Amino acid sequence: MGLKVEDISFLYERGTAMQVTALDHVSAEIPDNQFIGLIGHTGSGKSTFVQTLNGLLKVTSGHIYYNGEDIDGDKFDKKKLRSDVGLVFQYPEHQLFEVDVISDVMFGPRNLGLSDAEAKKRALEALESVRMPKSLYKSSPFDLSGGQKRRAAIAGVLAMRPKILILDEPTAGLDPKGRDEILGLIAGMKRELNMTIILVSHSMDDVARYVDRIMVMGGGKLLYDDEPVKVFRHVTELEELGLAAPQITYIMKLLKERGLDVSSDALTVEEAAAEIMAHRRELHV
Amino acid sequence: MIKIEKLIHDYIQRDDEGNAAGTFRAIDGVDLDVRPGQFIAVLGHNGSGKSTLAKHLNALLFPTEGTVWVDGMDTKDEKNLWEVRREAGMVFQNPDNQIIAQVVEEDVGFGPENIGVPTEEIWQRVEESLKAVGMWAHRKKSPNRLSGGQKQRVSIAGVIAMQPKCIVLDEPTAMLDPNGRKEVIKAAMQLNRTKGITIILITHYMEEAINADKIFVMDRGKIAMQGTPREIFSQVERMRELQLDVPQVTLLAYELRKKGLDIPVSILTKEELADALLGQLPEEDGETAGEHDAAVQSEEKEAPHGTQG
Repeated sequence: MGLKVEDISFLYERGTAMQVTALDHVSAEIPDNQFIGLIGHTGSGKSTFVQTLNGLLKVTSGHIYYNGEDIDGDKFDKKKLRSDVGLVFQYPEHQLFEVDVISDVMFGPRNLGLSDAEAKKRALEALESVRMPKSLYKSSPFDLSGGQKRRAAIAGVLAMRPKILILDEPTAGLDPKGRDEILGLIAGMKRELNMTIILVSHSMDDVARYVDRIMVMGGGKLLYDDEPVKVFRHVTELEELGLAAPQITYIMKLLKERGLDVSSDALTVEEAAAEIMAHRRELHV
Repeated sequence: MIKIEKLIHDYIQRDDEGNAAGTFRAIDGVDLDVRPGQFIAVLGHNGSGKSTLAKHLNALLFPTEGTVWVDGMDTKDEKNLWEVRREAGMVFQNPDNQIIAQVVEEDVGFGPENIGVPTEEIWQRVEESLKAVGMWAHRKKSPNRLSGGQKQRVSIAGVIAMQPKCIVLDEPTAMLDPNGRKEVIKAAMQLNRTKGITIILITHYMEEAINADKIFVMDRGKIAMQGTPREIFSQVERMRELQLDVPQVTLLAYELRKKGLDIPVSILTKEELADALLGQLPEEDGETAGEHDAAVQSEEKEAPHGTQG
Protein backbone atom coordinates (compact mmCIF):
# COMPACT_ATOMS: atom_id res chain seq x y z
CA MET A 1 0.00 0.00 0.00
CA GLY A 2 2.68 2.46 0.98
CA LEU A 3 2.49 6.19 1.56
CA LYS A 4 0.17 8.65 -0.05
CA VAL A 5 1.12 12.30 0.22
CA GLU A 6 -1.74 14.67 -0.41
CA ASP A 7 -1.13 18.36 -0.96
CA ILE A 8 1.25 18.84 1.97
CA SER A 9 2.94 22.10 2.94
CA PHE A 10 5.42 22.77 5.66
CA LEU A 11 6.42 26.14 7.08
CA TYR A 12 9.39 26.69 9.39
CA GLU A 13 9.02 29.47 11.99
CA ARG A 14 5.40 29.80 11.09
CA GLY A 15 3.84 33.16 11.86
CA THR A 16 7.18 34.91 12.48
CA ALA A 17 9.24 37.22 10.30
CA MET A 18 11.55 34.26 9.68
CA GLN A 19 8.81 32.13 8.12
CA VAL A 20 10.12 29.88 5.35
CA THR A 21 7.99 27.70 3.12
CA ALA A 22 9.97 24.49 2.94
CA LEU A 23 7.24 22.42 1.28
CA ASP A 24 4.70 23.96 -1.01
CA HIS A 25 1.67 21.80 -1.85
CA VAL A 26 3.42 18.53 -2.59
CA SER A 27 1.48 15.43 -3.64
CA ALA A 28 2.97 12.04 -4.45
CA GLU A 29 2.48 8.34 -4.01
CA ILE A 30 5.20 6.12 -2.61
CA PRO A 31 4.13 2.55 -3.40
CA ASP A 32 5.67 -0.67 -2.13
CA ASN A 33 8.80 -2.07 -3.69
CA GLN A 34 10.10 0.82 -5.75
CA PHE A 35 13.55 2.38 -6.04
CA ILE A 36 13.10 6.15 -6.00
CA GLY A 37 15.75 8.83 -6.39
CA LEU A 38 15.05 12.18 -4.75
CA ILE A 39 17.13 15.06 -6.09
CA GLY A 40 17.19 18.79 -5.49
CA HIS A 41 19.75 21.46 -4.64
CA THR A 42 20.64 22.33 -1.04
CA GLY A 43 17.59 23.97 0.47
CA SER A 44 15.11 22.62 -2.11
CA GLY A 45 12.99 20.99 0.59
CA LYS A 46 14.00 17.37 0.13
CA SER A 47 15.20 16.83 3.71
CA THR A 48 12.03 18.42 5.07
CA PHE A 49 10.00 16.20 2.76
CA VAL A 50 11.57 12.94 3.91
CA GLN A 51 11.21 13.97 7.55
CA THR A 52 7.47 14.47 7.12
CA LEU A 53 7.21 10.95 5.67
CA ASN A 54 8.03 9.24 8.93
CA GLY A 55 6.33 11.77 11.16
CA LEU A 56 9.48 13.50 12.44
CA LEU A 57 7.96 16.75 11.19
CA LYS A 58 4.22 17.36 11.28
CA VAL A 59 2.86 18.93 8.10
CA THR A 60 1.43 22.44 8.32
CA SER A 61 -1.35 21.54 5.91
CA GLY A 62 -2.35 18.56 3.80
CA HIS A 63 -2.36 14.88 4.73
CA ILE A 64 -0.08 11.88 4.60
CA TYR A 65 -1.70 8.46 4.57
CA TYR A 66 0.18 5.31 5.47
CA ASN A 67 -1.62 2.19 4.30
CA GLY A 68 -4.74 4.30 4.00
CA GLU A 69 -4.59 5.81 7.50
CA ASP A 70 -3.92 9.49 8.15
CA ILE A 71 -0.62 9.64 10.07
CA ASP A 72 -1.83 12.66 12.03
CA GLY A 73 -5.06 10.92 13.00
CA ASP A 74 -5.83 10.39 16.72
CA LYS A 75 -5.73 6.63 16.59
CA PHE A 76 -2.69 6.35 14.37
CA ASP A 77 0.31 4.49 15.79
CA LYS A 78 3.28 6.81 15.13
CA LYS A 79 5.73 4.40 16.65
CA LYS A 80 4.81 1.84 14.03
CA LEU A 81 5.27 4.44 11.29
CA ARG A 82 8.73 5.30 12.56
CA SER A 83 9.85 1.71 12.47
CA ASP A 84 8.18 1.06 9.11
CA VAL A 85 9.66 4.15 7.48
CA GLY A 86 13.36 4.05 8.29
CA LEU A 87 15.48 7.14 7.88
CA VAL A 88 19.25 7.00 7.49
CA PHE A 89 20.67 10.49 7.89
CA GLN A 90 23.77 11.91 6.24
CA TYR A 91 26.99 10.66 7.78
CA PRO A 92 25.03 8.11 9.87
CA GLU A 93 28.30 6.80 11.32
CA HIS A 94 28.38 9.89 13.53
CA GLN A 95 25.45 8.36 15.38
CA LEU A 96 27.18 5.13 16.32
CA PHE A 97 27.71 5.02 20.06
CA GLU A 98 27.51 1.52 21.56
CA VAL A 99 30.40 -0.58 22.89
CA ASP A 100 30.33 -3.01 20.00
CA VAL A 101 28.78 -3.30 16.56
CA ILE A 102 26.09 -5.81 17.47
CA SER A 103 24.85 -3.80 20.49
CA ASP A 104 24.67 -0.73 18.33
CA VAL A 105 22.49 -2.48 15.77
CA MET A 106 20.33 -4.00 18.56
CA PHE A 107 19.61 -0.59 20.06
CA GLY A 108 16.71 0.20 17.71
CA PRO A 109 14.79 -3.07 18.05
CA ARG A 110 15.30 -3.00 21.84
CA ASN A 111 13.88 0.47 21.88
CA LEU A 112 10.78 -0.86 20.15
CA GLY A 113 10.30 -2.97 23.27
CA LEU A 114 11.44 -6.26 21.75
CA SER A 115 13.12 -8.93 23.87
CA ASP A 116 16.91 -9.20 23.77
CA ALA A 117 16.66 -12.48 21.89
CA GLU A 118 14.41 -10.99 19.20
CA ALA A 119 16.52 -7.82 18.99
CA LYS A 120 19.61 -9.93 18.52
CA LYS A 121 17.97 -12.02 15.82
CA ARG A 122 17.05 -8.91 13.89
CA ALA A 123 20.50 -7.39 14.39
CA LEU A 124 22.16 -10.50 13.00
CA GLU A 125 19.90 -10.43 9.97
CA ALA A 126 20.55 -6.75 9.39
CA LEU A 127 24.32 -7.16 9.68
CA GLU A 128 24.17 -9.97 7.19
CA SER A 129 22.14 -7.81 4.80
CA VAL A 130 24.84 -5.13 4.85
CA ARG A 131 27.56 -7.80 4.41
CA MET A 132 29.34 -6.99 7.64
CA PRO A 133 32.11 -9.54 8.27
CA LYS A 134 31.17 -11.68 11.33
CA SER A 135 34.59 -11.10 12.84
CA LEU A 136 33.64 -7.44 13.39
CA TYR A 137 30.38 -7.96 15.30
CA LYS A 138 32.16 -7.61 18.64
CA SER A 139 34.48 -4.80 17.56
CA SER A 140 33.98 -1.27 18.70
CA PRO A 141 32.14 0.62 15.96
CA PHE A 142 34.86 3.25 16.19
CA ASP A 143 37.53 0.80 15.04
CA LEU A 144 35.79 0.14 11.72
CA SER A 145 36.79 1.71 8.40
CA GLY A 146 34.66 4.52 7.00
CA GLY A 147 32.67 2.24 4.69
CA GLN A 148 32.15 -0.37 7.41
CA LYS A 149 30.94 2.27 9.87
CA ARG A 150 28.41 3.45 7.37
CA ARG A 151 27.20 -0.09 6.77
CA ALA A 152 26.89 -0.65 10.53
CA ALA A 153 24.77 2.48 10.80
CA ILE A 154 22.53 1.36 7.94
CA ALA A 155 22.15 -2.03 9.65
CA GLY A 156 20.91 -0.19 12.75
CA VAL A 157 17.97 1.15 10.75
CA LEU A 158 17.46 -2.11 8.82
CA ALA A 159 17.07 -3.97 12.12
CA MET A 160 13.81 -2.07 12.60
CA ARG A 161 12.63 -3.94 9.48
CA PRO A 162 11.41 -0.89 7.62
CA LYS A 163 9.11 -1.26 4.64
CA ILE A 164 10.33 2.04 3.28
CA LEU A 165 13.96 2.97 3.72
CA ILE A 166 15.04 6.57 3.14
CA LEU A 167 18.77 7.22 2.78
CA ASP A 168 20.04 10.79 2.78
CA GLU A 169 23.21 10.86 0.67
CA PRO A 170 24.52 7.49 1.78
CA THR A 171 27.66 7.81 -0.35
CA ALA A 172 28.84 11.30 0.67
CA GLY A 173 32.58 11.31 1.32
CA LEU A 174 33.19 7.75 0.10
CA ASP A 175 35.69 6.83 -2.58
CA PRO A 176 34.44 5.42 -5.91
CA LYS A 177 34.65 1.82 -4.78
CA GLY A 178 32.94 2.62 -1.48
CA ARG A 179 30.20 4.40 -3.42
CA ASP A 180 29.66 1.39 -5.70
CA GLU A 181 29.63 -0.95 -2.70
CA ILE A 182 27.01 0.99 -0.76
CA LEU A 183 24.78 1.53 -3.79
CA GLY A 184 25.11 -2.10 -4.86
CA LEU A 185 24.23 -3.11 -1.33
CA ILE A 186 21.14 -0.89 -1.30
CA ALA A 187 19.98 -2.24 -4.67
CA GLY A 188 20.51 -5.78 -3.36
CA MET A 189 18.57 -5.08 -0.16
CA LYS A 190 15.71 -3.72 -2.19
CA ARG A 191 15.55 -6.92 -4.26
CA GLU A 192 15.92 -9.30 -1.32
CA LEU A 193 13.68 -7.53 1.15
CA ASN A 194 11.15 -6.03 -1.31
CA MET A 195 11.52 -2.64 0.29
CA THR A 196 10.83 0.73 -1.17
CA ILE A 197 14.02 2.76 -1.19
CA ILE A 198 14.17 6.53 -1.39
CA LEU A 199 17.69 7.59 -2.25
CA VAL A 200 18.42 11.27 -1.64
CA SER A 201 21.46 12.07 -3.73
CA HIS A 202 23.53 14.83 -5.29
CA SER A 203 25.07 12.43 -7.77
CA MET A 204 23.08 12.29 -10.97
CA ASP A 205 25.32 9.48 -12.22
CA ASP A 206 24.40 7.29 -9.24
CA VAL A 207 20.71 8.09 -9.47
CA ALA A 208 20.66 7.38 -13.20
CA ARG A 209 22.21 4.00 -12.69
CA TYR A 210 20.03 2.60 -9.94
CA VAL A 211 16.56 4.04 -9.58
CA ASP A 212 13.20 3.32 -11.26
CA ARG A 213 11.79 6.75 -10.67
CA ILE A 214 13.11 10.23 -9.94
CA MET A 215 11.47 12.97 -7.92
CA VAL A 216 12.97 16.44 -8.42
CA MET A 217 12.39 19.11 -5.79
CA GLY A 218 12.99 22.83 -6.10
CA GLY A 219 11.70 25.73 -4.00
CA GLY A 220 9.65 23.35 -1.88
CA LYS A 221 7.72 22.02 -4.86
CA LEU A 222 7.82 18.64 -6.52
CA LEU A 223 8.77 19.69 -10.05
CA TYR A 224 9.28 16.38 -11.83
CA ASP A 225 8.23 12.90 -10.90
CA ASP A 226 8.93 10.40 -13.65
CA GLU A 227 11.23 7.68 -14.90
CA PRO A 228 14.92 8.71 -15.15
CA VAL A 229 15.10 8.89 -18.95
CA LYS A 230 12.21 11.33 -19.07
CA VAL A 231 13.43 13.47 -16.18
CA PHE A 232 16.94 13.81 -17.62
CA ARG A 233 15.55 15.07 -20.93
CA HIS A 234 15.00 18.35 -19.06
CA VAL A 235 18.70 19.16 -18.88
CA THR A 236 18.28 22.93 -19.17
CA GLU A 237 15.59 23.09 -16.50
CA LEU A 238 17.61 20.84 -14.18
CA GLU A 239 20.62 23.11 -14.58
CA GLU A 240 18.52 26.14 -13.74
CA LEU A 241 17.63 24.32 -10.52
CA GLY A 242 21.32 23.93 -9.66
CA LEU A 243 21.24 20.29 -10.71
CA ALA A 244 22.63 18.53 -13.74
CA ALA A 245 22.13 15.52 -15.94
CA PRO A 246 24.39 12.46 -15.72
CA GLN A 247 27.74 12.97 -17.45
CA ILE A 248 26.77 10.41 -20.07
CA THR A 249 23.74 12.48 -21.09
CA TYR A 250 26.02 15.42 -21.89
CA ILE A 251 28.34 13.20 -23.90
CA MET A 252 25.50 11.76 -25.95
CA LYS A 253 24.00 15.20 -26.51
CA LEU A 254 27.31 16.45 -27.88
CA LEU A 255 27.71 13.43 -30.16
CA LYS A 256 24.24 14.12 -31.48
CA GLU A 257 25.01 17.81 -32.01
CA ARG A 258 28.16 16.88 -33.87
CA GLY A 259 26.17 14.79 -36.29
CA LEU A 260 26.10 11.27 -34.89
CA ASP A 261 22.55 9.99 -35.10
CA VAL A 262 22.48 8.52 -31.59
CA SER A 263 19.72 8.81 -29.02
CA SER A 264 20.68 11.06 -26.11
CA ASP A 265 18.57 8.99 -23.73
CA ALA A 266 21.44 6.77 -22.60
CA LEU A 267 22.17 7.39 -18.90
CA THR A 268 24.95 4.95 -18.12
CA VAL A 269 28.28 4.01 -19.72
CA GLU A 270 26.88 0.61 -20.71
CA GLU A 271 23.80 2.08 -22.39
CA ALA A 272 25.90 4.69 -24.18
CA ALA A 273 28.38 2.11 -25.46
CA ALA A 274 25.53 -0.08 -26.73
CA GLU A 275 23.87 2.88 -28.44
CA ILE A 276 27.07 3.99 -30.19
CA MET A 277 27.84 0.46 -31.36
CA ALA A 278 24.29 0.02 -32.68
CA HIS A 279 24.61 3.28 -34.58
CA ARG A 280 27.86 2.13 -36.18
CA ARG A 281 26.37 -1.15 -37.25
CA GLU A 282 23.65 0.84 -38.96
CA LEU A 283 26.29 2.77 -40.89
CA HIS A 284 28.14 -0.50 -41.62
CA VAL A 285 31.38 0.92 -40.35
CA MET B 1 56.70 25.36 -3.65
CA ILE B 2 56.32 22.10 -1.77
CA LYS B 3 58.96 19.47 -1.43
CA ILE B 4 58.56 16.26 0.49
CA GLU B 5 61.35 13.79 1.09
CA LYS B 6 60.93 10.27 2.48
CA LEU B 7 57.95 11.28 4.58
CA ILE B 8 56.70 8.75 7.10
CA HIS B 9 53.80 9.35 9.44
CA ASP B 10 52.85 6.97 12.24
CA TYR B 11 49.68 7.46 14.25
CA ILE B 12 49.99 6.18 17.78
CA GLN B 13 47.16 3.88 18.81
CA ARG B 14 46.25 3.99 22.47
CA ASP B 15 44.48 1.52 24.72
CA ASP B 16 41.69 2.40 27.18
CA GLU B 17 44.14 3.79 29.73
CA GLY B 18 45.74 6.02 27.13
CA ASN B 19 48.99 4.08 26.95
CA ALA B 20 50.59 3.70 23.56
CA ALA B 21 49.51 0.30 22.27
CA GLY B 22 50.97 0.35 18.80
CA THR B 23 51.39 2.46 15.72
CA PHE B 24 49.65 2.73 12.39
CA ARG B 25 51.71 3.91 9.44
CA ALA B 26 49.49 6.29 7.44
CA ILE B 27 52.26 7.69 5.24
CA ASP B 28 54.98 5.34 4.21
CA GLY B 29 57.87 6.94 2.38
CA VAL B 30 56.40 9.67 0.21
CA ASP B 31 58.52 11.86 -2.05
CA LEU B 32 56.77 14.69 -3.78
CA ASP B 33 57.64 17.87 -5.58
CA VAL B 34 55.17 20.63 -6.41
CA ARG B 35 56.31 23.66 -8.37
CA PRO B 36 54.85 27.16 -7.81
CA GLY B 37 51.64 27.75 -9.75
CA GLN B 38 50.83 24.11 -10.38
CA PHE B 39 47.35 22.66 -10.08
CA ILE B 40 47.75 19.30 -8.40
CA ALA B 41 45.09 16.68 -7.76
CA VAL B 42 45.54 13.95 -5.17
CA LEU B 43 43.39 10.84 -5.55
CA GLY B 44 43.19 7.73 -3.43
CA HIS B 45 40.63 5.55 -1.69
CA ASN B 46 39.39 6.19 1.85
CA GLY B 47 42.25 5.49 4.21
CA SER B 48 44.99 5.75 1.58
CA GLY B 49 46.70 8.58 3.41
CA LYS B 50 45.56 11.62 1.39
CA SER B 51 44.24 13.65 4.28
CA THR B 52 47.21 12.83 6.48
CA LEU B 53 49.44 14.06 3.69
CA ALA B 54 47.38 17.25 3.40
CA LYS B 55 47.77 17.95 7.11
CA HIS B 56 51.54 17.83 6.72
CA LEU B 57 51.41 20.60 4.14
CA ASN B 58 50.24 23.19 6.61
CA ALA B 59 51.93 21.83 9.70
CA LEU B 60 48.85 20.39 11.38
CA LEU B 61 50.91 17.20 11.58
CA PHE B 62 54.68 16.77 11.75
CA PRO B 63 56.76 14.05 10.12
CA THR B 64 57.59 10.93 12.10
CA GLU B 65 60.50 10.65 9.67
CA GLY B 66 61.51 12.61 6.59
CA THR B 67 61.04 16.28 5.82
CA VAL B 68 58.37 18.57 4.39
CA TRP B 69 59.36 21.99 3.04
CA VAL B 70 56.74 24.60 2.24
CA ASP B 71 58.22 27.45 0.22
CA GLY B 72 61.63 26.42 1.47
CA MET B 73 60.59 26.29 5.14
CA ASP B 74 60.98 23.05 7.07
CA THR B 75 57.59 22.40 8.73
CA LYS B 76 59.31 20.73 11.71
CA ASP B 77 61.02 23.96 12.63
CA GLU B 78 58.82 25.58 15.27
CA LYS B 79 59.73 29.12 14.30
CA ASN B 80 58.24 28.50 10.84
CA LEU B 81 54.91 27.23 12.17
CA TRP B 82 52.72 30.31 11.63
CA GLU B 83 54.39 31.27 8.40
CA VAL B 84 53.88 27.75 7.00
CA ARG B 85 50.20 27.82 7.95
CA ARG B 86 49.74 31.20 6.32
CA GLU B 87 51.57 30.16 3.14
CA ALA B 88 49.60 26.95 2.74
CA GLY B 89 45.97 27.64 3.54
CA MET B 90 43.56 24.81 4.00
CA VAL B 91 39.89 24.23 3.12
CA PHE B 92 38.07 21.21 4.54
CA GLN B 93 35.10 19.09 3.57
CA ASN B 94 32.31 20.43 5.73
CA PRO B 95 31.41 24.06 4.98
CA ASP B 96 29.57 24.39 8.28
CA ASN B 97 32.66 23.71 10.36
CA GLN B 98 34.78 26.48 8.87
CA ILE B 99 32.72 29.61 9.12
CA ILE B 100 32.65 31.41 12.43
CA ALA B 101 31.39 34.96 11.97
CA GLN B 102 27.80 36.19 11.63
CA VAL B 103 28.46 38.14 8.45
CA VAL B 104 30.35 36.93 5.36
CA GLU B 105 32.80 39.84 5.18
CA GLU B 106 33.67 39.56 8.87
CA ASP B 107 34.39 35.89 8.44
CA VAL B 108 36.84 36.60 5.64
CA GLY B 109 38.46 39.40 7.65
CA PHE B 110 38.94 37.23 10.73
CA GLY B 111 42.24 35.69 9.63
CA PRO B 112 44.05 38.91 8.66
CA GLU B 113 42.76 40.64 11.79
CA ASN B 114 44.14 37.80 13.87
CA ILE B 115 47.65 38.34 12.55
CA GLY B 116 47.50 42.10 13.13
CA VAL B 117 46.95 43.40 9.62
CA PRO B 118 46.00 47.14 9.74
CA THR B 119 42.23 47.71 9.47
CA GLU B 120 42.32 49.46 6.13
CA GLU B 121 44.31 46.67 4.57
CA ILE B 122 41.99 44.06 6.07
CA TRP B 123 39.06 45.59 4.18
CA GLN B 124 41.11 45.69 1.01
CA ARG B 125 41.96 42.03 1.37
CA VAL B 126 38.35 41.11 2.16
CA GLU B 127 37.17 42.86 -0.99
CA GLU B 128 39.81 41.25 -3.19
CA SER B 129 39.25 37.79 -1.75
CA LEU B 130 35.48 37.87 -2.03
CA LYS B 131 35.71 39.17 -5.58
CA ALA B 132 38.18 36.43 -6.48
CA VAL B 133 35.62 33.73 -5.58
CA GLY B 134 32.61 35.62 -6.89
CA MET B 135 31.05 36.23 -3.47
CA TRP B 136 31.41 40.02 -3.20
CA ALA B 137 27.68 40.54 -3.78
CA HIS B 138 26.95 38.38 -0.73
CA ARG B 139 29.36 40.17 1.64
CA LYS B 140 26.69 41.51 4.01
CA LYS B 141 24.81 38.22 4.27
CA SER B 142 24.70 35.82 7.14
CA PRO B 143 26.67 32.68 6.24
CA ASN B 144 23.77 30.43 7.25
CA ARG B 145 21.72 31.95 4.45
CA LEU B 146 24.17 30.66 1.85
CA SER B 147 24.18 27.43 -0.12
CA GLY B 148 26.89 24.83 0.47
CA GLY B 149 28.89 25.93 -2.59
CA GLN B 150 28.70 29.55 -1.51
CA LYS B 151 29.85 28.68 2.00
CA GLN B 152 32.83 26.79 0.62
CA ARG B 153 33.71 29.78 -1.54
CA VAL B 154 33.59 31.98 1.55
CA SER B 155 35.94 29.52 3.25
CA ILE B 156 38.28 29.80 0.28
CA ALA B 157 38.06 33.61 0.43
CA GLY B 158 39.01 33.42 4.11
CA VAL B 159 42.12 31.50 3.11
CA ILE B 160 42.99 33.88 0.25
CA ALA B 161 42.75 36.85 2.61
CA MET B 162 45.84 35.45 4.31
CA GLN B 163 47.66 35.82 0.96
CA PRO B 164 48.92 32.26 0.76
CA LYS B 165 51.06 30.94 -2.06
CA CYS B 166 49.31 27.61 -1.90
CA ILE B 167 45.83 26.35 -1.03
CA VAL B 168 45.14 22.77 0.00
CA LEU B 169 41.53 21.70 -0.54
CA ASP B 170 40.63 18.45 1.20
CA GLU B 171 37.49 17.08 -0.49
CA PRO B 172 35.91 20.53 -0.68
CA THR B 173 32.97 19.29 -2.78
CA ALA B 174 32.03 16.07 -1.00
CA MET B 175 28.94 17.56 0.62
CA LEU B 176 27.79 19.81 -2.21
CA ASP B 177 25.12 19.59 -4.89
CA PRO B 178 26.16 19.63 -8.58
CA ASN B 179 26.03 23.39 -8.87
CA GLY B 180 27.99 23.89 -5.66
CA ARG B 181 30.60 21.46 -6.90
CA LYS B 182 31.01 23.35 -10.16
CA GLU B 183 31.26 26.72 -8.37
CA VAL B 184 34.00 25.56 -6.01
CA ILE B 185 36.14 23.89 -8.68
CA LYS B 186 35.76 26.90 -10.94
CA ALA B 187 36.83 29.24 -8.13
CA ALA B 188 39.90 27.10 -7.40
CA MET B 189 40.91 26.98 -11.06
CA GLN B 190 40.50 30.71 -11.44
CA LEU B 191 42.73 31.42 -8.45
CA ASN B 192 45.30 29.15 -9.98
CA ARG B 193 45.19 30.82 -13.37
CA THR B 194 44.76 34.48 -12.50
CA LYS B 195 46.67 34.71 -9.22
CA GLY B 196 49.14 31.90 -9.78
CA ILE B 197 48.23 30.30 -6.46
CA THR B 198 49.38 26.70 -6.23
CA ILE B 199 46.35 24.45 -5.74
CA ILE B 200 46.39 21.01 -4.20
CA LEU B 201 42.98 19.41 -4.60
CA ILE B 202 42.16 16.19 -2.81
CA THR B 203 39.03 14.62 -4.25
CA HIS B 204 36.98 11.50 -4.82
CA TYR B 205 35.44 12.91 -7.99
CA MET B 206 37.60 11.88 -10.92
CA GLU B 207 36.14 14.52 -13.27
CA GLU B 208 37.46 17.26 -10.98
CA ALA B 209 41.01 16.09 -11.64
CA ILE B 210 41.04 16.23 -15.44
CA ASN B 211 42.29 19.82 -15.60
CA ALA B 212 45.12 19.28 -13.15
CA ASP B 213 48.71 19.73 -14.28
CA LYS B 214 49.59 16.59 -12.43
CA ILE B 215 47.83 13.86 -10.48
CA PHE B 216 49.21 11.89 -7.56
CA VAL B 217 47.41 8.67 -6.70
CA MET B 218 47.91 7.37 -3.18
CA ASP B 219 47.54 3.84 -1.90
CA ARG B 220 48.47 2.48 1.51
CA GLY B 221 50.46 5.54 2.41
CA LYS B 222 52.56 5.51 -0.74
CA ILE B 223 52.40 7.34 -4.05
CA ALA B 224 51.13 4.57 -6.31
CA MET B 225 50.94 6.55 -9.55
CA GLN B 226 51.84 10.02 -10.74
CA GLY B 227 51.48 11.75 -14.05
CA THR B 228 49.27 13.94 -16.20
CA PRO B 229 45.52 13.26 -16.13
CA ARG B 230 45.90 11.62 -19.53
CA GLU B 231 48.62 9.28 -18.31
CA ILE B 232 46.70 8.38 -15.16
CA PHE B 233 43.20 7.94 -16.53
CA SER B 234 44.30 5.89 -19.52
CA GLN B 235 45.05 3.12 -17.00
CA VAL B 236 41.48 2.08 -16.26
CA GLU B 237 42.36 -1.35 -14.85
CA ARG B 238 45.06 -0.02 -12.58
CA MET B 239 42.77 2.71 -11.24
CA ARG B 240 40.14 0.11 -10.42
CA GLU B 241 42.71 -1.97 -8.58
CA LEU B 242 43.35 1.09 -6.46
CA GLN B 243 39.60 1.25 -5.70
CA LEU B 244 39.25 4.33 -7.84
CA ASP B 245 37.58 5.14 -11.10
CA VAL B 246 38.11 7.22 -14.22
CA PRO B 247 35.88 9.98 -15.64
CA GLN B 248 32.74 8.58 -17.30
CA VAL B 249 33.78 9.74 -20.76
CA THR B 250 37.13 7.96 -20.39
CA LEU B 251 35.31 4.84 -19.27
CA LEU B 252 32.95 5.04 -22.24
CA ALA B 253 35.93 5.32 -24.62
CA TYR B 254 37.50 2.35 -22.87
CA GLU B 255 34.34 0.26 -23.30
CA LEU B 256 34.10 1.22 -26.97
CA ARG B 257 37.71 0.20 -27.48
CA LYS B 258 36.97 -3.14 -25.88
CA LYS B 259 34.16 -3.56 -28.37
CA GLY B 260 36.68 -3.11 -31.17
CA LEU B 261 36.53 0.58 -32.03
CA ASP B 262 39.81 2.29 -32.81
CA ILE B 263 39.71 5.07 -30.23
CA PRO B 264 42.70 6.54 -28.35
CA VAL B 265 43.06 5.23 -24.77
CA SER B 266 43.38 8.61 -23.20
CA ILE B 267 40.12 10.42 -23.92
CA LEU B 268 39.41 12.98 -21.22
CA THR B 269 36.60 15.14 -22.58
CA LYS B 270 33.41 14.61 -24.52
CA GLU B 271 34.80 16.76 -27.33
CA GLU B 272 37.76 14.42 -27.74
CA LEU B 273 35.41 11.44 -27.88
CA ALA B 274 33.28 13.14 -30.53
CA ASP B 275 36.42 13.90 -32.59
CA ALA B 276 37.57 10.32 -32.32
CA LEU B 277 34.21 8.87 -33.31
CA LEU B 278 33.58 11.33 -36.15
CA GLY B 279 37.10 10.91 -37.46
CA GLN B 280 36.26 7.31 -38.15
CA LEU B 281 33.16 7.72 -40.21
CA PRO B 282 33.76 6.41 -43.74
CA GLU B 283 34.79 9.43 -45.81
CA GLU B 284 34.75 7.65 -49.17
CA ASP B 285 31.17 6.68 -48.54
CA GLY B 286 30.38 10.36 -48.89
CA GLU B 287 26.81 10.11 -50.09
CA THR B 288 25.26 8.19 -47.24
CA ALA B 289 27.23 10.08 -44.63
CA GLY B 290 26.29 13.39 -46.28
CA GLU B 291 22.57 12.65 -46.36
CA HIS B 292 22.79 11.47 -42.87
CA ASP B 293 24.42 14.66 -41.62
CA ALA B 294 21.86 16.80 -43.38
CA ALA B 295 19.01 14.92 -41.74
CA VAL B 296 20.51 15.33 -38.31
CA GLN B 297 21.19 19.01 -38.81
CA SER B 298 17.65 19.83 -39.82
CA GLU B 299 16.37 18.05 -36.73
CA GLU B 300 18.94 19.95 -34.71
CA LYS B 301 17.66 23.35 -35.75
CA GLU B 302 14.35 22.76 -34.11
CA ALA B 303 15.64 21.13 -30.97
CA PRO B 304 17.26 24.17 -29.29
CA HIS B 305 14.10 26.24 -29.60
CA GLY B 306 12.09 23.46 -28.11
CA THR B 307 14.22 23.13 -24.99
CA GLN B 308 14.83 26.79 -24.36
CA GLY B 309 11.29 27.97 -24.94
